[in-house]
Amino acid sequence: MTALVRPARRGPSRAGRTLHAGPLAYAILVVAVLFSAFPFYWTVVAASRSNADLAKVPPALLPGPHLMRNFEAVLEEADIGKALLNSLLVSGSITLGTVLCCTLAGFAFAKLRFRGRGALLAVTVGTMMIPPQLGVIPLFMLIAELGWVNQLQSVILPGLVSAFGVFFMRQYLVQSLPDELIEAARVDGASTARIFWSIVVPIARPGMAVLGLLTFMTAWNDFFWPVVALSSSEPTVQVALRQLGGGYVHDQSVIMAGTLLGTLPVLLVFGLLGRQIVGGIMQGAVKG
Amino acid sequence: MTLTAPQAPAPPPAAPPPRPGTARRAWRTVSPYAYLAPFFTLFAAFGLFPLLYTAFVSLYRVELQSPGDMEWRGLGNYTALLGDEYFWVALRNTFTIGVLSTVPQLVMALGLAHLLNYRMRGRTFLRTAVLLPYATSVAAATLVFAQLFGRDFGLINYGLGLVGIDPVDWQNDTVASQIAVSTVVIWRWTGYNALIYLAGMQSIPDELYEAAAMDGASRWRQFFHVTLPGLRPTILFTVIVSTIGATQLFGEPLLLEGSISGGISHQYQTLGLYMYEQGWGFFHLGRAAAIAWVMFLLIVVLVGLNALIARRRSRKEAGR
Repeated sequence: MTALVRPARRGPSRAGRTLHAGPLAYAILVVAVLFSAFPFYWTVVAASRSNADLAKVPPALLPGPHLMRNFEAVLEEADIGKALLNSLLVSGSITLGTVLCCTLAGFAFAKLRFRGRGALLAVTVGTMMIPPQLGVIPLFMLIAELGWVNQLQSVILPGLVSAFGVFFMRQYLVQSLPDELIEAARVDGASTARIFWSIVVPIARPGMAVLGLLTFMTAWNDFFWPVVALSSSEPTVQVALRQLGGGYVHDQSVIMAGTLLGTLPVLLVFGLLGRQIVGGIMQGAVKG
Repeated sequence: MTLTAPQAPAPPPAAPPPRPGTARRAWRTVSPYAYLAPFFTLFAAFGLFPLLYTAFVSLYRVELQSPGDMEWRGLGNYTALLGDEYFWVALRNTFTIGVLSTVPQLVMALGLAHLLNYRMRGRTFLRTAVLLPYATSVAAATLVFAQLFGRDFGLINYGLGLVGIDPVDWQNDTVASQIAVSTVVIWRWTGYNALIYLAGMQSIPDELYEAAAMDGASRWRQFFHVTLPGLRPTILFTVIVSTIGATQLFGEPLLLEGSISGGISHQYQTLGLYMYEQGWGFFHLGRAAAIAWVMFLLIVVLVGLNALIARRRSRKEAGR
């Protein structure tokens, strides 16, 4: 599979066909934005109300005064604090490890010559579209064998495998790292390791940042495998949310408070770096 | 796997002293594998092995309590599957929810991308805003929508009541519950697909539009005769990715009510959830592996079908 979505080669301001948006276009887009944003707003409303408020007709449409109380309740009942810490640890490790592994391998695929390069790349890219969910049973048997069930490494290590990341870094380096630069460094007697750290990494940094962002979000939001491998005594945020939704807590407003707490960190990342994420996705950073 | 794993962790010589040329050349042929080793070691252990081994496990009786004990069953897991009424229900649900979620999602994404491609104020903001749902997790999104879709006090039924529609049972009614599940999928992925389409639209050469405009083609005709054909590979790509995603649906049906059977009468249980129920609800890991393998075959067939239709169509167009 080659990158079907090519990056736009030209800048955003393009003459010719770029049409100015009329009022109708704006109106539709505003509706789309409201549709996107409303569930967030509603989470805040529901998380700041009492459970009784949520069972009223007509429903309350504005935030209420009980946010802190509900936060306290969910921290106590569902151990969201530990879940947040675990998620931070898991997603952080996965992000660092993935970016490092993928940059190393991406560099090798992009710029080094070796036997079996084509075949190895084909295997990597070929599995990109196969959902990892299909391998959970043997994976579970493996971590059970290793005694890792309900331990964080059972989620971290499989999370480091990103065929997409290798492909992404390869594409990035093929495009942005000129061969001449490497040749010149070789003539100067630099080893490959030296070239990697002092030439490749600085050039690859923007790509590594985008990959890191996407990896962090994916890792934070990963659901199936953590639910299988972990339990409520060692939860990530998603495992805790699954507990909340599984009838463990009946108070709707407390459930919404937990949802809000578990979503805030990624929203924060998104708020700060949304532009880069949009750019990354539009550059063909495609992950199914 | 050609995992030539020599001196994997050994750092190459820090400073290159004047070394004999042959040793250096030898190192240069070997060292690329050192760069691949970290990824491929993990990939082999946690990526490739589980995928391949699934087929093997599906031929055994393996129970969750003692995953180490495997007892040969041949095709027993598969025949049990085919004889289970709920397998067929889950297969059908996966298909209907897949259509209900994928088709509106991609059509809306296409329209949205077209609008986002206009020149306008605040377009970076708009692009980021439509991508916002992508940043949330399945779990969070589904919990919020489960609240909104509540039968007695949900906001959606309240809104429907205002326009004179009776409350809908978004949990127990088959069609309604599948719409509820699909809504979560649509909400999370429409903006993402819109950006993919937008990227595709921006790589269509301006000259095509100029030529069409000179021929007097209206905006609509330009959209249908320039934009859509130009987007064909992108559309195929999103259809395939969404199809694969739809066959895997798990979190949305699980958290709509928190039941692993996908509703009282399995009315919205998908294959992904059925696999989880068999494996971690009933402890039949071997059976679950057979389901995973069926899902894989389903993906292969669906993706193949998509590709075939796309090839047919483009050949037909070329012949015109």
